[in-house]
Amino acid sequence: MQTQSGGPVGQSVPRVDGVAKVTGTARYLDDLDLPGAQHGVTVRSTIAHGTFDGLDRDPAFDWTGITVVTADQLGWGKGLAAGGFGENYIAMLDTDQPALLPMGGCIKHVDEPLALVAAPTRARALAARAALTPRQTAKPPVLTVDDALAADIKLYKDDNVFKSFLIRKGHVDDDEFEIAMAGAATVIEGTYETGAQEQMYIETQAMAAWPDAGGLRIAGSMQCPYYVHKAMKVLLGCGPDEVAVAQTVTGGGFGGKEEYPSMLAAHCAMLASAVGGPVKMVYDRDEDIAATTKRHPSRVRHRLGLRSDGSICAIDVDVIMDGGAYLTLSPVVLSRGVLHAAGPYRCDVTRVRGRAVATNHPPHGAFRGFGAPQTTFAYERQIDKAASHHGVAPWEFRDRHALRAGDTTATGQLLEASVGTDDIIRAIRDVAGAAPARDGINRHGAPVKRGRGFAFYFHGAGFTGSGEQRLAGRATVRATADGRFEVLASSTDMGQGAITIFTQIAAGALGVAPELVRVPDPATDEVPDSGPTVASRTCMVVGGLVERAARTLRLRIEAWADTAGVKGDLGALAAAMFGRKAELDPQHGGIAETVQYEPPPGIHWDDATYTGQAYPCYGWAGCLVDVEVDLDTREVALLRCVHAVDVGKAINPVIVKGQIEGGTVQALGWAVLENIVYKDGRVANANMTNCIVPTFADIPELETVIVECPYPFGPSGAKGVGEIPMDGPAAAVANALGDALGVAFDRIPVMPEDIARALRRGDA
Amino acid sequence: MTAYLRPATLAEAVAARAAHPDWMVLAGGTDLMVNANHRPEPPGIVDLWGCADLRGIVRSPDTLRIAAGTPWLEIIRHPDVNKHLPILVAAAREIGAMQIQARGTIGGNIVTSSPVGDSLPVLLALDASLDLASPRGRRIVPYHEFCTGYRTTRLAVDELIAAVIIPLPDAATHLSWRKVGTRAAQSISKVMAAAAIHVEDGRIVWARFGLGAVAARPIRAVAAEHAAARRAPDAATARAVGDALAGEITPISDIRSAADYRLEVAQNLLMRFVLNAGRA
Repeated sequence: MQTQSGGPVGQSVPRVDGVAKVTGTARYLDDLDLPGAQHGVTVRSTIAHGTFDGLDRDPAFDWTGITVVTADQLGWGKGLAAGGFGENYIAMLDTDQPALLPMGGCIKHVDEPLALVAAPTRARALAARAALTPRQTAKPPVLTVDDALAADIKLYKDDNVFKSFLIRKGHVDDDEFEIAMAGAATVIEGTYETGAQEQMYIETQAMAAWPDAGGLRIAGSMQCPYYVHKAMKVLLGCGPDEVAVAQTVTGGGFGGKEEYPSMLAAHCAMLASAVGGPVKMVYDRDEDIAATTKRHPSRVRHRLGLRSDGSICAIDVDVIMDGGAYLTLSPVVLSRGVLHAAGPYRCDVTRVRGRAVATNHPPHGAFRGFGAPQTTFAYERQIDKAASHHGVAPWEFRDRHALRAGDTTATGQLLEASVGTDDIIRAIRDVAGAAPARDGINRHGAPVKRGRGFAFYFHGAGFTGSGEQRLAGRATVRATADGRFEVLASSTDMGQGAITIFTQIAAGALGVAPELVRVPDPATDEVPDSGPTVASRTCMVVGGLVERAARTLRLRIEAWADTAGVKGDLGALAAAMFGRKAELDPQHGGIAETVQYEPPPGIHWDDATYTGQAYPCYGWAGCLVDVEVDLDTREVALLRCVHAVDVGKAINPVIVKGQIEGGTVQALGWAVLENIVYKDGRVANANMTNCIVPTFADIPELETVIVECPYPFGPSGAKGVGEIPMDGPAAAVANALGDALGVAFDRIPVMPEDIARALRRGDA
Repeated sequence: MTAYLRPATLAEAVAARAAHPDWMVLAGGTDLMVNANHRPEPPGIVDLWGCADLRGIVRSPDTLRIAAGTPWLEIIRHPDVNKHLPILVAAAREIGAMQIQARGTIGGNIVTSSPVGDSLPVLLALDASLDLASPRGRRIVPYHEFCTGYRTTRLAVDELIAAVIIPLPDAATHLSWRKVGTRAAQSISKVMAAAAIHVEDGRIVWARFGLGAVAARPIRAVAAEHAAARRAPDAATARAVGDALAGEITPISDIRSAADYRLEVAQNLLMRFVLNAGRA
């Protein structure tokens, strides 16, 4: 499975998109020249729950050249071919979320789209929007998960539960479970809460649509062109060839451009259809923060049953996530949350329950880590309390009880290969050094308390269970007439480096220089469906497809050359092969190999009981954080952060390091800075002035350790890296704050205001 | 369309201001640009950036005179400001990032008069005065009388700030300043405090405390100042200052912070300033 030594895999080759981005020549959606394009804006609800009664137009406004679209005028059910639309919902997992709320419909959150406006200029579109006033009748909203579960107000089915899970290991029913828990010498109990988090990608949501060859073409900033394609087929009521979706250069996603772009594409499609020409929509920052998806807020109750020797005899976890107003991806986020909730620790009896509930918040959705950061925060706080209870040093306690090869996870998955525990434990131990002095004085003359915290965690790489098999992703590598090669995959580069590592993997497997390989921006009418760009699967799964396609192509070209008696490097051979028309693959207009995902042997997963191999493999990570708290201002200074991550194989070490550092910073921000404030269901701090994310001045000294425990079925051994850095640092920060102040911080973000209150209460 | 005037001198600017009292005055533009998306377009703009006599810093034996259009970066880099008014430099460094500091002006900060304006508590602690110009002539207004309420000032509709005049503190005056924001840089303040504490023979002769983000306008903590005066800069005095402060400010809870936190931190900062003055 190894590529030849000396190839580009494992080298930090420069990002193939780097120069264009740094010099400003990369063209994001808003940079595209779309002649005659009108500007679209959205009229939104201002109440969290109620009815949409109508839309008033200001008669004094000059409506010349303005197009207003409401759901009621779109010809639902007629289909694209008949000049109408298909069905009014965003096709993802359920049918509950309208693309545009019909009049008389139920408003379920603030900033829900009610109508669309297009105008020749953005200023005119905004002025027209200001001249439109929706009539709304407010009803009492559901704004907490407790109110959702009480179900006095029903937002989704009878119980407001989008999805629930129950995973049992080592017991058959609750009675048996409680007997196991009753056998514990000590039970550590805690309730942990995490807040919503905004992705804050640099490029806001942006999309365009225009009529094209009897169908419709969509282009924009997105992670998953085929998700948008699927949603458009349903919305437009058309076949797969009547709509094409193309990704444009995308300035960050972090999950925020996984499901939401389908909404934006739907709106662009409606407006483009109404005006009969191109329409583009680019959200401004405030609208993006207010209306689009954020990380699910969570509440996790955790019971850890410990034997007198500190080993774990039972784990009980109950996870509740606030899904917001519509189902969107909540079941999948919850799934990953519960699958990680018991943590990477040995325990024969575990029970994990999870519920994602409906509230009148704007829908929460995908965000790097995808449910795992929430449950990781809970179990790593618990493990710290357990270590403290037993008087064992926190890292030592983790070393004693962490999963190793031969152990089983909470789903009964036997861990065989690629378990990085020992390497991670050692890496952190090697670089940890002495903890900072407990007491000190800072440059302001203020007294400070310092502390150190740890966290250890794992993250399943790729889709859950049989997801990859069901998806059956495909990728193509083809030769072009000039002796170069192209990788065709629907995985997008949103800044994380996907196209660079695809270039490296393909070049390595082809045995050519990376300069000969190109990865075009994906469009659904040009690339096969490799699946969405999510779940830390791009390198491990799609990279694996690229490697196999490239290798197959190379063998075919070399075999042809042997037969034909042609000599030269692979590019020359391909060019020669192009000269013989008979060899060309008509479907791809050239010499191409397409491969489809094949699961590693012996995979077993039971969706009904949620047992078996939850993920093909796991990444493993450890984090150390040193903090300093200013006792005058209660401000937290992050002094140092060491993050060791097992990625299997670093295809491009600089990119891997970037992924780890970026994820770490997002996690640190989530822990102590990022505080989405909901007020009556509305995001009250929907601007960058008050919706705080870290700057470089807030970031500690970051030390990254790349650990490589190869995954036998990943390209050159690689497994995922995108999400795992997000999972654990928040717990390490809370643990460090506990160490510094002797106070338990079980809710994040931990703001200075919280520290002030905790110290005033004398929680210590 | 918005009309636009770009006077070349303060005199021209004053005339333009008087002729168009409803126009917006543009200095560095850092507030104007923030508001561009949220406020109606002004009928016109008087752009002061071209007024050469609205820029620069002049030292006299007892004062520094900073022309109102001087951008923060110039203030940060000026040797006399660094030598005599280090807390003004420290506050200026907290204003946005370098790009903002290169455009934003001291006069703009004063006229916007936000309760969280970064330089304003420092100007209070330093007992700055403002030189105001209008067609009616010039007048000097002590800065601590200038702010009247939430973003309101004594500036008349035909007036511009010509300069800020700051008396030079002597060696016995301990200057302190601290901003507590929502993060380490580029942040809006939750609490700001500045102090000038004059210590002779181990006793505080007088103290001036300027606070930001704890009231509708930047304020002097007069009761706390009285509590500090004629006492040793020790822990007992610090406590008295903290207690006095609790009686004179009632901060609010808002999107950025909470009332209880703001009061506690404001107390802690003034108490620390008193203790540091004793230690120096």
